[in-house]
Amino acid sequence: MPIYEIVFYVFSLVMLGAAVMVITVRNPVYAALSLVLTFFSASAIWMLLEVEFLAIILILVYVGAVMVLFLFVVMMLDINVDPLKEGFIRYLPAGVVVALLMAGELLVVMWSKGRFEAGAYPIPAGNAADYSNTKAVGELLFTNYLLAFEVAGVVLLVAIIAAVALTLRQRPGGHRQNPSLQVRVQRDERVRLVKMKPEPRQGS
Amino acid sequence: MLTLTHFLTLGALLFSLSVAGIFLNRKNVIILLMCIELMLLAVNMNFVAFSRFLGNLDGQVFVFFILTVAAAEAAIGLAILVVLFRNRQTINVTELDDLKG
Repeated sequence: MPIYEIVFYVFSLVMLGAAVMVITVRNPVYAALSLVLTFFSASAIWMLLEVEFLAIILILVYVGAVMVLFLFVVMMLDINVDPLKEGFIRYLPAGVVVALLMAGELLVVMWSKGRFEAGAYPIPAGNAADYSNTKAVGELLFTNYLLAFEVAGVVLLVAIIAAVALTLRQRPGGHRQNPSLQVRVQRDERVRLVKMKPEPRQGS
Repeated sequence: MLTLTHFLTLGALLFSLSVAGIFLNRKNVIILLMCIELMLLAVNMNFVAFSRFLGNLDGQVFVFFILTVAAAEAAIGLAILVVLFRNRQTINVTELDDLKG
């Protein structure tokens, strides 16, 4: 069935092209948007591998939350990008050489002796129509990996608290309430009794 | 036929690209963070491919945890970035030499 191959190659090319865009464009906003495209293509490839739950999670969590956070920060900071791109040409040869070396080594390991070809890792048959990847992952997550799952929740909680604690600042001159002072208030500080003579009614 | 080699090759190329990105953009902290996200994606691609071809779901659970930790890391990294920019008005890595390392 060549449709699998076509889908795979199209999304792989889009993904690698978007990754090249991420590392080469001048504007960080475009880099973040290219990263979104990269994650979308990766999600499509995972869908091809019948890993539906993680494909959806990748879009929801990464594109929906993390990349929006990136875009938010990039647009909030008023960055002058010109000095940040200075060393681009200077480091281009080193970067390309290291990347090519690394890719070459990895590919040599993968392609030699047919280690990961169909002989060693047979192509799995497609799942049945009523098979639920989400259900299978969920069952594993809530049984064998329950402790790790809870720890992941704690990690996220710590991240929330850390992010808030890092970026919270109290501006001078802000009008904030002090609850402890409000609770400790006495009657004398709020009410003032004034003695005065009765005055005649107006207009009579 | 799509064998495991195809998916591993894709992950390897993505990882190499992100390493090149760290070299090229070594002054811009935001792009550096994005390159780290790309690296994690490449690793996740390998996990997912092996999980599928071995018929073992544990790899997918691992990817789930990697995504969780990566989200936490991105949130804290960007918070540090915001504080950094607030204090220094720059995110240029070469100007961040207060520690004199």
